[in-house]
Amino acid sequence: MNDQIITVGIDIGSITAKAAVLNGGSIIGSRVQFTGYNAKKAGRDVLDALLADLGIEADRITAIVSTGYGRNNIDFADKAVTEITCHGAGAHFVNPEIRFVIDVGGQDSKVIRLDENGKVTDFAMNDKCAAGTGRFLEVMARALEVDLDEFGSLYARSDHPARISSICTVFAESEVISLISKGESRENIVAGIQESVASRISAMARRVGVAPPVMMTGGVAKNIGAVEALRKKLETDIEVSEYAQVNGAIGAAILARRLVM
Amino acid sequence: MADAPEKARDPEKEKRKIKSVSKMKEIMTNYYIEAKTARDSGKKVAWITSGGPVEPLIAMDVIPVYPENHGAMIGASKMGVDLCEKAEEMGYSRDLCSYARADIASAATNGGPIGGLPEPDFLVCCNNICGTVLKWYEVAARYYNVPLFILDTPFVHREFSDAARDYVIRQIYEYIDFLEVQCGKKADFDRMQEVGKLSVESMRLWQAVLDVAAHKPAPMSAFDAFFHLALIVTLRGKPVVVDYYQGLLDEMNERIRDGIAMVPNEKYRLLWDNLPIWYKTKWLSEKFASHDACLVADTYTSAWSGVLPLIDENNFLETMSVAYTKIYINISIDLMIDKLREMIRKYDADGLVMHSNRSCKPYSLGQYDLQKMVMKELKIPTLIIEADMVDERQFSESQIDTRIDAFMETLKS
Repeated sequence: MNDQIITVGIDIGSITAKAAVLNGGSIIGSRVQFTGYNAKKAGRDVLDALLADLGIEADRITAIVSTGYGRNNIDFADKAVTEITCHGAGAHFVNPEIRFVIDVGGQDSKVIRLDENGKVTDFAMNDKCAAGTGRFLEVMARALEVDLDEFGSLYARSDHPARISSICTVFAESEVISLISKGESRENIVAGIQESVASRISAMARRVGVAPPVMMTGGVAKNIGAVEALRKKLETDIEVSEYAQVNGAIGAAILARRLVM
Repeated sequence: MADAPEKARDPEKEKRKIKSVSKMKEIMTNYYIEAKTARDSGKKVAWITSGGPVEPLIAMDVIPVYPENHGAMIGASKMGVDLCEKAEEMGYSRDLCSYARADIASAATNGGPIGGLPEPDFLVCCNNICGTVLKWYEVAARYYNVPLFILDTPFVHREFSDAARDYVIRQIYEYIDFLEVQCGKKADFDRMQEVGKLSVESMRLWQAVLDVAAHKPAPMSAFDAFFHLALIVTLRGKPVVVDYYQGLLDEMNERIRDGIAMVPNEKYRLLWDNLPIWYKTKWLSEKFASHDACLVADTYTSAWSGVLPLIDENNFLETMSVAYTKIYINISIDLMIDKLREMIRKYDADGLVMHSNRSCKPYSLGQYDLQKMVMKELKIPTLIIEADMVDERQFSESQIDTRIDAFMETLKS
């Protein structure tokens, strides 16, 4: 696939904007930065910065596909495609064996079932509530004064995960605060939080029907505690792509390639 | 200030407009004027649930008024949130049906698109559509201090026992006794039979109107059915309904002859399940049309004619009571899947869109199972949209936008 065709995927999420560049069907670079207020500007900026990193002139790009909540704001893209299709395409590109994708981003989580060609056969999204998303973990990390990156190692050290029963982010935060005041260990609270996220996602995944092999994508996949809790809950192995956070952007770049091939 | 230049009308759009619409609006306006001025004309007004047997009321010259149709009007005029919030201030739970909340608040404040419904002389509640109506109508009975008749229709799992049949038939006669007391006159059974014939005729014509969408491309969509439904719900048994639907059917057949499709370039045909999202019908219709998709039929608007084969015109009262018990929403999912299968085949649907309606629990319960059955057996993709028929606070546009786009991407790939 060394055809030197350069395509770009831009994924504008609720918290971060991602860009990925493909050259001849290989990933040559990706970048993540905060979305902020202006989705279009975020898309432009993340792409410009990535192109500068890679030393590629903008006029060498053959096609751009945008995705994510801000997909329709990226007016310099050739096409806007939903993150469902893009995450499916991205996961299939990274590992064609994958039949089930769990994507947990900043503001929503979704599960996607794929066929052997990477085509989406069914999907489900949570869209009524932020519990079970990256935002939920951020709020909890703040309440616990823990860096999000530490969540994983804290989970591993927990001996008895606390029970977080509330399904609302705000009420769950008060629950966490009351656990803190009762002197519960940070490890056990963090583990409880991860398990509550895993419970919500596994219910949605089971509704669609989990079909291994499973891949987890999105920013939350970087959190090894959340992945571990989900592994336990779903009783199945979960592959985490090294490109987890930019998986949607990679999928978009793949689809951009299909536009011109 | 100079007048704004008149907008040039798009001839393509004009061609697609259904001409009967203005006549329909006129009939509904006259109906509500008659209902609102019933006191002056010495007529009685009864509130009745949407699935209730209205024919005896028509035969007794009572004006039927439908709080649910009113609820739909509130939703369509985007006054739902305001009224729902008022009901919540009164102490009603946000989890209560939004028709009930909007209507209760409208009664208390004379709010809504027509300044509230005319006060009832009595109430008729049939629980074939849900359990909420029992409490809702009890509240109305207390509020207006008027009598309430409850028609209890047992849920139909697979079989329908003789005891259940006798039970509903006996209640129909109790219903007539109740009406005789309320109206202070004897029931005229010949008149009842006549009204029954007109009702059956309306249902036949309504079904024939819905059937035109089996044609490719469909001359009308489910969104049009949602609008034209009002007459079969509110005025079946009256001659005006027969005339109107005959005219609408003629117009539809003309459109088929002239090759006029509701969605230009119709490529995908979808089936809708559950009540409409009244405040978003235009948005949804344009959204699907932008993907060359037409919602050709739905399980909701056919509820009023789906039981037609069960009715015998010559024994209208008794067969009607059984038919009313077996409407789409009062049956198990085993029977619902039969109906869905039949509709998917009849309209040659490529996909199913289910509105998981926060307000309507009996309609929404079982949708996930139905979805699985449809995907497994009929192998067509299914989309679930979580929303509410009247309460706009339950509708998150950008999320639903993404779901529809993703669903259409799946369908197209």
